[in-house]
Amino acid sequence: MTLDSAALEALRNRAIEVRKQLLTVFSVGKTHHFGGCLSVVDIMVALYFYRMNYTAANWQDPSRDRFIMSKGHAVPVQYVVLGMLGIVDPEEIKTIKRLGSKFQGHPDMRKTPGIEAPTGSLGQGLSFANGTALACRHDGIVNSIFLVVGDGELQEGQFWEAAMTTPQYGLKNVCVIVDRNCFQSQGCVDDMMNVEPIDDKLRSFGWNAERVDGNDVEQLCAALDKTRDRAFGPFAIVADTIKGKGVSFLENTYKYHNYKLSKEEFDMAMEELEASR
Amino acid sequence: MSVDGTRDGFGRGLKAIAAQNPDVFAMDCDLGRSTRAYSITEVDAGRFIEMGIAEQDMVSTAAGMAANGKCVFVNSFAVFMTGRAYDQIRQQVALPRLNVKVCGSSAGITQGPDGGTHQSVTDMNLMRGLPNMVVLSPADSGQAEAAVAIAHEHDGPVYIRLSRWETEQLVPSVFELGRLQHITAGDTLCVIATGPILASALYAVNELGKEGIRVALYNAPTIKPLATEDVLAAVDGFAVVVTLEEHSIIGGLGSATAEIIAGNAGGNGPRVVRLGVRDAFGESGTADELLAKHSLDGPGVARSLRAIVAEAGAR
Repeated sequence: MTLDSAALEALRNRAIEVRKQLLTVFSVGKTHHFGGCLSVVDIMVALYFYRMNYTAANWQDPSRDRFIMSKGHAVPVQYVVLGMLGIVDPEEIKTIKRLGSKFQGHPDMRKTPGIEAPTGSLGQGLSFANGTALACRHDGIVNSIFLVVGDGELQEGQFWEAAMTTPQYGLKNVCVIVDRNCFQSQGCVDDMMNVEPIDDKLRSFGWNAERVDGNDVEQLCAALDKTRDRAFGPFAIVADTIKGKGVSFLENTYKYHNYKLSKEEFDMAMEELEASR
Repeated sequence: MSVDGTRDGFGRGLKAIAAQNPDVFAMDCDLGRSTRAYSITEVDAGRFIEMGIAEQDMVSTAAGMAANGKCVFVNSFAVFMTGRAYDQIRQQVALPRLNVKVCGSSAGITQGPDGGTHQSVTDMNLMRGLPNMVVLSPADSGQAEAAVAIAHEHDGPVYIRLSRWETEQLVPSVFELGRLQHITAGDTLCVIATGPILASALYAVNELGKEGIRVALYNAPTIKPLATEDVLAAVDGFAVVVTLEEHSIIGGLGSATAEIIAGNAGGNGPRVVRLGVRDAFGESGTADELLAKHSLDGPGVARSLRAIVAEAGAR
């Protein structure tokens, strides 16, 4: 599939719109996971608006592609995207984390339409994706299963158990995207517990792996195109991203992993996003 | 009637439901022969999934399958099944109410020679505390077979406690989820037991009967939910109720019974005496030696019941 410049421009603008809606959902004075949400936006746009077979018409069809947010704290980005697709009510997303809301702090597949997996306890998403792929294969469904894991999340042993299972069972339609934003809750990932070389580690486990600029939609789409060849996987895309991407004062630090914006900061952030169009 | 373990009944039950339902799968972590999970391969080898020695990955993978319409029985020794994979069971099975059946094999001190690392005495405690989780504890292999069918019928998470310890058939196999099974009538003492250790209760009840002490005996094949009205009816009029389990006295059948009595019988309820493993880990030994050490063999239970009767008097 080729991506012409107009389509690419549309995806880039979509990413800006997702970031703006995300900040609007987060609003002022409320604690949210800013850094790890902003870093993953371009990945989510490339998946939902370019690669995945997933629409308001087929989101409950068993043959749909699946997306699992293994780094569950970034689920607000998925809420915004599901809102844009018309699967959830965009206005209702603003009730996020409030008592009685459909939009929980971490993914709840029983409460939120379009959420495919219960995640939040880190390291469990790839196993769940493998199980999804096994069930789909048993039912004769031909689809793709995508998931995003955080780089800090790779410190969880279960991820590596699951990384053995995917090739063992020939689950070539599983594609893991590592949001390599280099920061976790309390500091720099590789100072806390080094996870590199991520791509080589996964290759040694039997995966195909590739590194891309994870905030460049064009590179992401090109990498995702490879998953259209079902013999190619399992495929890992190590997406080098910037934590807090798109809002300069939030970028490249762990300090805004979980943070609340002041009114001034919110206005500044929205202005910068608008100017980036 | 056969002399075998509840794990053997589990294997037969799994095979039977797998033959009925093409969406039933079994997974194991390198213990499939011991746990009898391999029995599903006699129906369809493609529905047994070996996960390697990775209990956490097994549970989350099963959850992913269950979210897509499958009924998955995950298997390991009870100690690893409920301990090693506790977070996966909590986060990805119990919380989202997925159709995964958690099967804990070789439970209790009768696991034997492998010692304290392998003897699960807290599995019912761990599973009972989880919202949405049903906890089954069949007494013999026939009842284990029935437990598999009940777990299969229940759309949601179930823990099945299984044992390698071999007994004769002790009770009617068929049971109703949550209900007690009345085994013997009596007027001196009420005993509620769960699991194959019911064999020790039956021995003790018989011995005490010879001495003119009549014991009302119940079997609890379900630990959660446990029917409040059944427990209250069973203990009605008794000064003492004794619970018996091959498990810590903290958090299992004894606790469940005490909670019901404390919460519903007001100040008029009976005293609850919990027989089981008294807040201790296991150790190496034969099953018989370990049961004797913990006074959970037939003579040991008989001694405990006599002492209770001597202290409390009749009723």
